[in-house]
Amino acid sequence: MVTAAPAPDRALAPRALRRPRPPAGPRGRPSVGRVLVPLALVVAAIYFLVPVAWVLLSSTKSAGDLFGTSGFWLSDSPQLGENLRLLFTQDGNAFGRWLLNSLLYAGVGALAATFLAGGAGYALAKYPFRGREALFGLVLGGVLVPPTVVALPMYFLLNTVGLTGSVWSVLLPGMVSPFGVYLARIYASSGVPDEIIEAARLDGAGDVRIALTIAARMMTPALVTVFLFQFVAIWNNYLLPLVMLSDPTRFPVTLGLTLWNSQTQRDPVFYQLVVTGSAVSAVLLAGVMLGLQRFWRAGLTAGATKG
Amino acid sequence: MTTTARTAAPAAARRSRTRHRGPLAVLVLPFTLFFVAFFVAPIVYAVVQSLFAVRSSGLGLGPPTRSFVGLGNYLQVLSSGDFVASLGRVLVFSAIEVPLMVGVSLTLALLLESGRARWPRLFRAVFFLPYGVPGVVASLLWGFLYVPSTSPILQGLDRLGLTVTPLASGSVLLSIANIALWSFAGYNMLILVASLQSISGDLYEAARLDGAGDLAIIRHITLPLLRPTVVLVTVFTIIGTLQLFVEPLVLRPLTSAISSTFTPNLAAYNAAFAGNDSNTAAAMAVVLALVAFVFSFGFLRLVNRKGNRAW
Repeated sequence: MVTAAPAPDRALAPRALRRPRPPAGPRGRPSVGRVLVPLALVVAAIYFLVPVAWVLLSSTKSAGDLFGTSGFWLSDSPQLGENLRLLFTQDGNAFGRWLLNSLLYAGVGALAATFLAGGAGYALAKYPFRGREALFGLVLGGVLVPPTVVALPMYFLLNTVGLTGSVWSVLLPGMVSPFGVYLARIYASSGVPDEIIEAARLDGAGDVRIALTIAARMMTPALVTVFLFQFVAIWNNYLLPLVMLSDPTRFPVTLGLTLWNSQTQRDPVFYQLVVTGSAVSAVLLAGVMLGLQRFWRAGLTAGATKG
Repeated sequence: MTTTARTAAPAAARRSRTRHRGPLAVLVLPFTLFFVAFFVAPIVYAVVQSLFAVRSSGLGLGPPTRSFVGLGNYLQVLSSGDFVASLGRVLVFSAIEVPLMVGVSLTLALLLESGRARWPRLFRAVFFLPYGVPGVVASLLWGFLYVPSTSPILQGLDRLGLTVTPLASGSVLLSIANIALWSFAGYNMLILVASLQSISGDLYEAARLDGAGDLAIIRHITLPLLRPTVVLVTVFTIIGTLQLFVEPLVLRPLTSAISSTFTPNLAAYNAAFAGNDSNTAAAMAVVLALVAFVFSFGFLRLVNRKGNRAW
C-alpha cells in the first residue's frame, strides 16, 4: 500500500517556491530575529544530529578503536565493510532475520490495524447505531491508556491460551490502534460527504462496497497516517516482544540488539555488533521517515485541528 | 454540507438503524473484537488477577494455592517503599520532562514557521529524524555518550576541566529526560507545525496592519489558536513519561543509580519475571494505569475549565 517514494529534491526545495503564504515576519527590516532564528535552528540541528553522527562514525571502527579514538573522528583504519560483514554473519545472520521479523510485525500489523481502524472510524462517523458513543468513548479511553500497561497483563492472558512465544503474540496486539479509529472517524466525518454516499446508494452500490472503494479512497491521507503511526509504534515497541518472545529467531531488531548488548562483557566484539546494528537500524528507519515525511502532514492536521 | 445532512438525519437514522446492520457488522465488528481481545480483556484480566494471590502451603510441600485477597495486593504494593518511590520518581520525571518537551517542541515549531528560517524543510526533517530511531537504540546511543570511555562530549568537557557524570544518581533522571526529549521533540514539533500551517495567513496580515509586533502576534494570535494542539501534545507527553521503561532498562548495566524498581513499569516487569509474582505485577500495572488516567484527565479538566473546550 505504501511504497517508499522519496522525493528529496522536492522535500528540500526552497520554501519560496512551494509555500504561497507570506511569512509572518516583516520583510526588508533588519532585526535580531534574522540572525537569532537561523542560529537557534543550527544549534538544535547539531543537538539532534550528534548521536547519529557518533554512531555512523563508530560503525566504521573496531572495538579497540571505539574506546581508543575520538568519537567525533574516524580511526586510522576504518573497517565499515568488515563490521557490516560481521553484523550480517554473526549467529547465522541473526541480524538479517531480526530485520525481516521487524518488517513482518510492523508491516502486517500496521496494514491490518489500518483496515480495522479505517472501517470502524468510517462507521462511527457515518452510521448512527446504538452504543456508538459508548464505543467511541471506550476507544478514546484506550488512547489514554499507556500501551506498556496492557503488555504485562496481555502476557498473562495469552499465556493461559498458550499463545506466548509465538509470532502471533506480537503480531495480533499490533493490529489494534485506538488512535487510528479516532483519526479515521474525524477524517471521515468531514472528508467523506454524505451526499456522495447517498448518490452511490441510489446508483445501487452496497454499503460495504461504498466503504471499500469510495470512502477508502477519500480517506487515504488519514489512512496513510494511521499506517505510518502504527508501523513506527510496532517497529519501536520493546516491552511487548520482550515479555512475549523467548526464541531469538523470532526477535525483532530492538530485542535482538539488547540481546547482543547484554553480551558485551563476555566478548568486546559485541560492542561493534551493537554499534553497527544500531547504525543500520537507525539509518533504515530514518530514511523511510524522511522519504515519507510529506505523508505525515495531512492526517496530522486533521487530528490536531478538527478535534 | 453538514447542516443539510443534519436536518435529514432523524429520518435517515431511523431507516439506517434497521437497514444497515449487515454493513455495520462488517465495518465495526472486526475492530471491536480485536479491541476487546487485546485491549479490554487484558485490563479486565489484570484487575481480576490483582485481587488474588498465590501462596505456597505451610511447609512448602503441597502445591501453591490461589486465594482471593481483595485489595491485599494493593495495600502491599502501596506500602512498599520501593514502589511508592518509583511512582514519585516518574512524577518528578514528568514534572521535568513535560514542560521541557512542550517548550522545546513549541519553540522549534515557531522558529520553523517564523518566516525567518532558511531551509525550513531541511531543518524540519533533521528534527523529526530521531522519532524513527527506536527507544532502545536511542538509549544505547546516548548510553555510549554518557560513559567517559566512549563519549567524545565528556572527553572534551574533561579537557576543559569540567567533569560531568550523566549517570550519577543526582543526574540520571535528567539524562533520561534528555533521551526522551531527543526522541520525541521533533515528532511533537511536527504536530504543532501542522497545526500552525492551518492558521490563516490573513489573521497575521490583519494583526500586522494593526501594528502588532512579532511577539504580540505569537502571544495573541498564534498561541491561542494552537492551544488545542498544545493540550494534545501535553497529554500524550504526560502519559508517555509515566510509563518510562526502556531507557532505564538499557542504561541500568551502566550505572548503579538505576535500581530494579526505578520506575513502576520496571518494578512490575521485575515482579512478574524475576519475582514470578504475576498478582503483584498486575496490581502495580493497575495502579500505574490509574495514576496515568488521573493525571491526563485531571489535566484535561483543568484546561477545559479555564477556557473554551480544548479537546
